[in-house]
Amino acid sequence: MIYFDNSATTKPLQEVLESFHTVSESYYGNASSVHRLGLEASRILRKAHEQAGLLLNVNPEEIIFTSGGTEGNNLAIKGIAYAYQSRGKHIITSKIEHPSVLVACEFLATQGFEITYLPVDQTGVVKVDDIKAALREDTILVSIMHVNNELGTIQPIKEIGALLSDRRYTFFHVDDVQGFGKVKLELKDNGIDLYTLSGHKIHGLKGTGLLYVKKQVRLAPLFHGGGQQFERRSGTENLPGIVSLVKAMRVVTEYHLHHAEHIQQLNNKLRLELSHFPEVVINTIEDQAPHILNFSIPGFKPEVILHALTERNIFVSTKSACSSKKPDESAVLSAIQLPRAQSTSAIRVSFSYHNNEGEVELFARVLKKILKDLKK
Amino acid sequence: MDAIYLDHAATTPVHPAVIEAMTNALQTSFGNPSSIHSFGRESRAILDRCRRYVADKIGASEKEIYFTSGGTEADNLAIIGVALANKAKGKHIITTQIEHHAVLHAAEHLETLGFEVTYLPVNQYGQVEMRTLQESLRDDTILVSIMMVNNEVGTLQAIAELAAIIKDHQAYFHTDAVQAFGLEQINVAKLGLDLLSVSGHKINGPKGTGFLYAGKGVKFHALQHGGAQERLKRPGTESLPAIVGLTKAIELIVEDNYPHKASYENYRTVFLQVLAQEGITFQVNGAPNAYAPSILNISFPGTSVESLLMNLDLDGIAASSGSACTAGSLELSHVLIAMYGEQDPRTENAIRFSFGLANDAAQIKKAATKVSQIIKRLTKQSTIIEEVK
Repeated sequence: MIYFDNSATTKPLQEVLESFHTVSESYYGNASSVHRLGLEASRILRKAHEQAGLLLNVNPEEIIFTSGGTEGNNLAIKGIAYAYQSRGKHIITSKIEHPSVLVACEFLATQGFEITYLPVDQTGVVKVDDIKAALREDTILVSIMHVNNELGTIQPIKEIGALLSDRRYTFFHVDDVQGFGKVKLELKDNGIDLYTLSGHKIHGLKGTGLLYVKKQVRLAPLFHGGGQQFERRSGTENLPGIVSLVKAMRVVTEYHLHHAEHIQQLNNKLRLELSHFPEVVINTIEDQAPHILNFSIPGFKPEVILHALTERNIFVSTKSACSSKKPDESAVLSAIQLPRAQSTSAIRVSFSYHNNEGEVELFARVLKKILKDLKK
Repeated sequence: MDAIYLDHAATTPVHPAVIEAMTNALQTSFGNPSSIHSFGRESRAILDRCRRYVADKIGASEKEIYFTSGGTEADNLAIIGVALANKAKGKHIITTQIEHHAVLHAAEHLETLGFEVTYLPVNQYGQVEMRTLQESLRDDTILVSIMMVNNEVGTLQAIAELAAIIKDHQAYFHTDAVQAFGLEQINVAKLGLDLLSVSGHKINGPKGTGFLYAGKGVKFHALQHGGAQERLKRPGTESLPAIVGLTKAIELIVEDNYPHKASYENYRTVFLQVLAQEGITFQVNGAPNAYAPSILNISFPGTSVESLLMNLDLDGIAASSGSACTAGSLELSHVLIAMYGEQDPRTENAIRFSFGLANDAAQIKKAATKVSQIIKRLTKQSTIIEEVK
């Protein structure tokens, strides 16, 4: 079995499962209860805040644990929009964001907000000059992802942060669901005010995630209730999920520290293998996120190839899992103005630290055979 | 010393069989249910199976179940979602003064958006009286939200009768069943419900999971936007292992034919008997004839909540003053204030004991004996202080 669909979801690590298990069994108290079980739970919760803060190099109270990337992105975008609407109702984002950003913005557009969706260049990168040109007096939020989920392109976060640094009421949100653990990004030095992570993309569990919100930044909550997590996210804290998320963050951070070049080698290897295929066009330019490689095989239906690969126990995807139900072409690939033949025939390979070069070789061999059979 | 856990209304231990089911799902079915390869399809099949099971057990169809990150999200989705989607029909909402904060604060939020909210009073037993709902109902009412079992005093509302009042009215009926679910079979059609919220971690399932039932044709907006999951009403990769855990927790209750009510009823009797035998002065807060036996709220005259809780904890009894969500701040219970008024001493000396799977009858007897000793100690102290004064 070869699992090359790690941008859709990843297999949880054994140590993550163990953390989840231990907390579920031994620390089941409600962190808001005042008795001992509650105090124990709240102590572990505080520790989780501290460790997550340490890993991201931010303050513990700047971390809000969420139910995943979608909630994190929605909380960031709507939270800023509603908290600062008296200062302005203009938001800037890009055309290649994840649906949880795009559709949240579309919703805000129905509520009287104005959204500018920036185009990207043909390599799939947002231009800082475009942001500069789009900025207005009443712009309250810029939301740009760090690593694109379909192409793997890295956005110029540092430069955008610098551009916004002297604008006190234009907040900067970064969706780093795809980048964390693979492409390093410092939050503090880059003018980032809000930052989204998801657990299940980093070998953690589904239903877990976090949002970093810089101190002093106000946020209107999505859920109202018991006032947990500094009044920013009501609902009994999912302590086993939270602890398992922090565990996954730590392990993946260590992988990145010690094995960063491993995934890059897999990427190089696949590029090299694919260069021998006359039918294949590689859509991801070089020197982007190491774990995602997007390519097209014009003239072949991607579903057919995906199905043929699946039959041989190899798992890739055609585009982001969240939009897989839509039959049309990839929005991201059409945003980089690929010819339709290319944007409707794309395959995304996404690696984890657990893949190896042998798997890449085997994948290339199998793909070759599939194309040969299909041509008959 | 092993602590006795009498705070199951705050949260419950995860059932070992639930942990097993979740661990299995975590290890073997990690695919994203939206992926079209076999990993994804396998996860999708499990998700569909869970949804069908849950739906079937409350008399709903699978298209009417929306999995959420818990009770708070389900309540918010129901209340804010319905309000925003139906504001053209009216901007009036009715709820009660004794709801969980997930409902109350969502309603207060709607007030800031221009909605009008009526908070129904309750009688001294914590019951909503039919006429108050009838009198508050207006042509522009779009939603009535009344909890099934109150989380602090355990009072059970006459949900079917209350829902019947608005049967021919445009307003939807929502009930927060977080504390009620699992005690008795709930059938949404028989009760006449349009929306119902359930939380996983109150029924020995995992934290971070729950569901909202919303009947076919009920119009409501999503709170978060993104992919097409949960029929567009709750985007975000489905938390499959948690959903499997939640389903298992429900299965354990249903397949055993709702076994807990009788044992909790027994715990309640034993607990109160011991207090009476020990000669303790106390008063049970709640409705004598309509209550969930899992929650026992008692006022002890001459004591105060803070010293009670501290002494209970030192003696190894985990109980609570009100809901866990407000317990951290030890503010006065809005539920007891609604029942008795602000000046009543019962709002300051009430303790909630809530029973669950971590208990057995022997434990309850032991706990009640310890509670009696503590009360005797504390009331003696306060008598002495009174005398010195």
